[in-house]
Order: sequence, then C-alpha cells, then structure tokens
Amino acid sequence: MPRTVKLMQGNEACTVGALAAGLEFYAGYPITPSTEIAELCAEELPKVGGSFIQMEDEIASAAAIIGASLTGKKSMTATSGPGFSLMQELLGYASLCEVPVVFVNVQRVGPSTGMPTSPAQGDVMQARWGTHGDHPVIVLSPGNVKECFELTVRAFNLSERYRVPAIVLMDEVIGHMREKVELPDASELVIESRPAPKSRVGYKPYAAETDGGVPLMAPFGEGYRWHVTGLFHDETGFPSNKPEVADRLMRRLAAKIDRNEPVIRDFVTESLDDCEVAVISFGSSAMSALSAVRKARAAGIKAGMLRLRTIWPFPDEAVRELSSRVKAIVVPEMNLGQVALEVERASRCNAKVARVSKVNGELFRPEEILAAIMEAAK
Amino acid sequence: MRTEFRLSGSGGQGLLLAGIVLAEAAILEGKNAVQTQSYGPEARGGASKAEVVVSEDDIDYPKAIDPDFLLALTAEAYRTYGKVMGRGLVIVDASVPQSPEVTARTVRVPILATAADELGKKVVANIVALGVLGRVSGVVDLPTLESAVKNRVPKGTEDLNLKALRRGWEIAAAAAS
Repeated sequence: MPRTVKLMQGNEACTVGALAAGLEFYAGYPITPSTEIAELCAEELPKVGGSFIQMEDEIASAAAIIGASLTGKKSMTATSGPGFSLMQELLGYASLCEVPVVFVNVQRVGPSTGMPTSPAQGDVMQARWGTHGDHPVIVLSPGNVKECFELTVRAFNLSERYRVPAIVLMDEVIGHMREKVELPDASELVIESRPAPKSRVGYKPYAAETDGGVPLMAPFGEGYRWHVTGLFHDETGFPSNKPEVADRLMRRLAAKIDRNEPVIRDFVTESLDDCEVAVISFGSSAMSALSAVRKARAAGIKAGMLRLRTIWPFPDEAVRELSSRVKAIVVPEMNLGQVALEVERASRCNAKVARVSKVNGELFRPEEILAAIMEAAK
Repeated sequence: MRTEFRLSGSGGQGLLLAGIVLAEAAILEGKNAVQTQSYGPEARGGASKAEVVVSEDDIDYPKAIDPDFLLALTAEAYRTYGKVMGRGLVIVDASVPQSPEVTARTVRVPILATAADELGKKVVANIVALGVLGRVSGVVDLPTLESAVKNRVPKGTEDLNLKALRRGWEIAAAAAS
C-alpha cells in the first residue's frame, strides 16, 4: 500500500490520527498552542459526515463530547492548560459514567494564562488528579510528530476498550513542530470500538460483563433503557447510596486500568542494556534527552534512556526494575519534578534520582541534560 | 551532516512559512528536516523566529544549537541572534545598520528592498529571503525549492512567489561574490 510521506505538524498529525480512529464529533474552544487541531477538525469533519462545534467555553466543550459519545459517536476535544482546568469536572463525570472520550492537552506554561506560546510539561499531575475523587484515566505522551498520529489512534482505542477518558498530553514543541513523517495506510490500523450489547432485553448498562470489568455500552436513541448520572449508581445506572454498591463501583473502575496496566503501558528504550545512568523522560524533553544520551555515550559514559509513551498508569514495574540495576536516574522535565516524584516512588530508593527542571518556557538544550548525566555518573 | 537555520524577524513577515518551505524542499530531496518556531502572543509585530534543521541522518534535538545560517530581517533580530552566532554565517537585510556586537561572518543582502521596490510587494520578502538562503546554503536545489513554494503558498500567488524566489536566488550570487 502507498504510504504518505510528508512534512507534517504535530497538531495536524494528531487530528489526522483522530480521523483515522473514527472521530465523528469535535467540540472545543480554540486555544494556543492547540488551535490547529480545532481548525483542521472544522475543515475535515464535515467532509466525512462528522460534526464540529465551537462551544462557548471549555466546560461546555467537554460536556458536548460526552453527550455525543453517549449517542455512539467517537468524540474529542483539544485544549491547553487553562482550558484543561475548566474541563476537569466533566472529565470526572466521564470517568464515573464510563463514557469514552479523548482529551488533547497541548501544554503551555502555567499556572493560569501563563505563557501562551511557550512549551511546558506542567500538567502531568493535573492529567492524573485534576478532577476530584479516585478515578481511572489513561494519559499518553507523544515524543515526535509521527507519535502524535499513532498515540491519538491509540487513545481512541484504549478509551473505547475500557470506557475511560483518554488524554493525549502534548506540549507546544511537539504540537507545533513539523517534521518528515511516513503515516501508515488506513488498512494497516487496528481500530477498536466500545463493547456493545446484543439485546435490549434485560440490558443493565453498568453490569461489568466483559473480562476486564467493562460494561456493554448501548448508544442513546436506539431503544435501550439507560440512565446516566454523576451520582454513584448500581448496575441499572440509577443512583444508589448503598455502601456495598459504592465500594464495588469504585473498585471496579480502578481495576479496569490497574489490572490492565501491563497491556496499556508503553515506553521505548535506548541503550539501556549496559546502562549505568538512565534518563527517564517524555514528550519534547525526551528529544533533548536523546541527544544528551548519545553525546554521553560518545564521551564514554554508559547512559541510556527510557521514554514514557504512557505516563498514566505509571509503569512502576519497569522503573523499579531499571532502578535496581543503575547507579542513578536523571529525570529531565519542563516542570518542577512531577514525573520525578513518580520515579522516586517507583524506584524505592534503589537508585539516586536527579531532577532536572526547566520552567522558563524554553526547551532543554542537550548540554543541560548532558551535564546532569555527567554529574550523576560521578 | 546537520545543517541548522535560524530565520528571524518580526511577526507577520512570513518567516515561519519560509521555514516550512525550506523544510519541505529538504524532504522532497529525500533528507530529514525538522522545523520549529518561537513567537510572541501577537498576531503581527513582536519577535518571531523559525528554525529548520536539515540532515541526512536521524534528527534528535529539533532546535538550532549553533546555527550554520542566521537570517535577520529586522535590527532587533540581527542584534539579538547575531551576537550569539558562532561559526555560522549571518545573512542580514541591507537596510539594517551594522552592529559591533555582531562579530560573526556577515553578508548584507537587499531582501526587503527587492521585495518592495523591484517586485512591488513587500509581503514576498520571506520568499526572496528563502531564495537567498537556498543559494547561500547549498542545502537544496532551486527546482526543489520551486516545487515546495508551489505546494505551500496561497493559491493564485504562485507566479509572484516563484518570481520572488528566483530573484532571491540571483541576488544571493551577487552578495556572495
């Protein structure tokens, strides 16, 4: 099959990926540095029979994609930090009501309006814990333009498979960068859809019928009787205050992700086999880190890298195993140490963890990370 | 070999587009290319910078570290990025006054005047500059640049932009000699 080779922007690749995954509905409120995603969706969705709505704000945007998904349409919104903050309440609603939706957050410097056109990676913890209550989410982090395509497709697949919100956590560099990409043909992609019920008779919308504890999801408007509420609910979907119902629901929601962590987790490695100083990074920071690791190797230091493509669930086991056989782990990120906290927790003091932070709105220069690797190697 | 370009000026001059076309031309020639940008919140005005890295090999770090070529179309961009230039070549618009702070090798090319006076459209200064960069760097051929320009400029402006590109290619030769 012919493959497309072209110069493509990260935001563009994300949109093309969403369309390849079957996106039918986009609602959003444009914000730098994610705006190209809204623009392209507005252009492309009508051509494939889908819908684009520019909403009055980000709260409404998140509500609209949840509504559309409930009718059976694959749905997405894209935003940046300020908008992602506003979407948190609805993100929790999607988690509890088990509505598959994809949120794209192209990170810029925050808090608040921050630096609108400058890159940051400060929303790692917000993506995991921004909405209240324990709740399942999946967070993917593309490290180049091609992965903006691949991981957006995967975000839809995971979101549909487990009926959870999936977040594609990008940053300004990844979103705006253009590079040469070769995209797979549509026929090469595996596209998943939510598990569907076969009969209206006796349909219980929140009975956990599949192996992973994921209930079967009927599209609204097709004759299934179904109640959706942000209150805790039993298998019929109607509210319940019973402790045993609440406990069962909460634990089932968490288990959907926890039990499947081995198949969800995704990372790539570089020179880890004989590595003494490991770098753990993600997103655009990992591009600088890769350059630093190669420079360190050239200087005779046994450096390597583990690049996270899923941040949540966090790959505890992989980090623990790595920490047991290296001297130190260097964690460069464009925040004050959010992933480093997880690395410290998962490595259980096996190895020294060095935080390398950059919060001035600029991407790391490779030498900055190289210096940290040199220091850790001492 | 890695070749780094930094295109600088003010927002609205179209340097981002010039960077995109340069990267696309490199890809059309089978090379790898990465283009990044940095700009302020303004739609026009404010400092603007586009960077392009071209290489036969894999490109890990996407930004320019020690640019081989700096293009500067404003006095502000010339001073800001000119003084941090190392081994590379500064290509500055002829209207920009020289600064003792910039010690790197420099060529002065009448890019803005060529666009405004000769071609009658100052908006094509970015494509004139692209022609200059293409010729001086030797990274891409003129026919490839022409194809990339045709792919990326607004419909109906192809002829004007191709003229601007070729004119840039010509004045580069004059500046270098």
